[in-house]
Amino acid sequence: MSSTSRRRFLTGGIAAVAGVAGFATAGRMARRYGLIPPDSGGVWGPGETLTFAAQRILGAHAPAHQFPRSMISKAPFANEVAPLGDVFQRSQAANFKDWKLTVDGTVAHPTTFSLAELKSMPIQSQITEVACEEGWSYIAEWIGTPLHGVLSEVGMLPQTRYIVYRSFQSFLWESIDLADALHPQTILTVGMNDGDLPVPFGGPLRLRVPRQLGYKSLKYVTHITALDSVKHYGNGLGSVDPEYGYAWYAGI
Amino acid sequence: MRRPLCYASAVSAADSGLKPDSPRHAAIVRVTHWLTVLAFLALLVSGGEIIISHPRFYLGEVGNVNTKPLFTLPIPSSRDTVPTGYGYVMPDQNGWSRALHFEAAWVVVLTGLVYVLWGLFRGHFRREMLPGREDRGGTSPRMSFARFFRRAPPGADDAHSYNAVQRTAYLIVIFVLFPLVIWTGLAMSPAFTASFPETVILLGGRQTARTLHLFVTVALVVFLVIHLAMITLAGFWRRTRTMITGRAAAQTAHKEDA
Repeated sequence: MSSTSRRRFLTGGIAAVAGVAGFATAGRMARRYGLIPPDSGGVWGPGETLTFAAQRILGAHAPAHQFPRSMISKAPFANEVAPLGDVFQRSQAANFKDWKLTVDGTVAHPTTFSLAELKSMPIQSQITEVACEEGWSYIAEWIGTPLHGVLSEVGMLPQTRYIVYRSFQSFLWESIDLADALHPQTILTVGMNDGDLPVPFGGPLRLRVPRQLGYKSLKYVTHITALDSVKHYGNGLGSVDPEYGYAWYAGI
Repeated sequence: MRRPLCYASAVSAADSGLKPDSPRHAAIVRVTHWLTVLAFLALLVSGGEIIISHPRFYLGEVGNVNTKPLFTLPIPSSRDTVPTGYGYVMPDQNGWSRALHFEAAWVVVLTGLVYVLWGLFRGHFRREMLPGREDRGGTSPRMSFARFFRRAPPGADDAHSYNAVQRTAYLIVIFVLFPLVIWTGLAMSPAFTASFPETVILLGGRQTARTLHLFVTVALVVFLVIHLAMITLAGFWRRTRTMITGRAAAQTAHKEDA
């Protein structure tokens, strides 16, 4: 082996070891700072992880863009909803007086709230855009109580990393990390454009997550669970979306 | 048989600042070129699939089936909520399409960063891409086109350098079209625009960004078609081999074309 090729071999070896070590350290750091999404495995894992980590580094607390009242869409599009069934219709006929939101998991005081109780909490209004993964969008005013207020009311425990939320349509469920869950614009929405939230738009209760695509703003929310990990919850992938091929993180 | 050649050179190999025995394309150019080819094809297929779920395009911030589109692509949709005039609904392929689209976008962004930074530091753009001083007027491109349409035989330096038209086209693709397609793509991301609202405001709104994303893609596809046509005219396998091995194979070229 000539001295040049030996030097090359040594330099290459050191670079390779440094690369592997650097990669491992980056992975450990990313995990510690919550930059790895629950669906980080598989062929699409690298892309999902890069996107989620990049968005969290660029602006974990950035506010979603708000629009002037004049830009509220005259004809918003609610999208299709699977049939809601008799139980829902009976509740709707009774003005959702019996609608309950249960909050449990890693919280000090698991609590069930009625709509009236939620409406008596601090109410916030925001004019933000709903953007669907299909490409269309609309702007509306959304009125509700911030999720972080509800979480502090029930005493969210410090080990909490994810907030899971489930729909009345029991096959639909989502989760978000704390950056989105504690974000001031993430609100349990009860009103839209100065009225009650219409059923096609998710009434009586929709969790608005304005910094992610529409499918993360789950309609007909009935159950919220705080968790330290989603690994053993449901499919372990953080939401129902990966089962349909869709990403857990929809902030893209 | 004489092939029409378009890659006639206005700049000699000596001017290009390359040593005679150095490869026609540096290794980093070849690797980033083929990575971009793969990623671009993936983006094109997956982007097409995503469009099928809503083949309507709008201007401004918002747009949906209740608002008037700027135009509608005359294709069926994978959603029955979109009025297309077709009596059927395509299967939903958005899941894997979106995942592939964003993963391939990362490949393009990271590959592009490596290529552009290398090119800036190593003088690749200055030496091999920027048209030479004598080529910056209109004469040199006119001459290139004239030689092309006259089916003029290639110059001796043809295989070693780019002419002014090629140089301009490549610079536009690298520094205008790719940055624009990435920007208009990011302007559709709700989290990215939360962090950098100007990126979508400057474009005139989210739906304008989506429409521009399509237009820039069309421009890139037009470039791809012309690029492939030119390579085919100049000898597809010879050019492709050069972009893989880095060697120009100039001797063979002259024999073939003589």
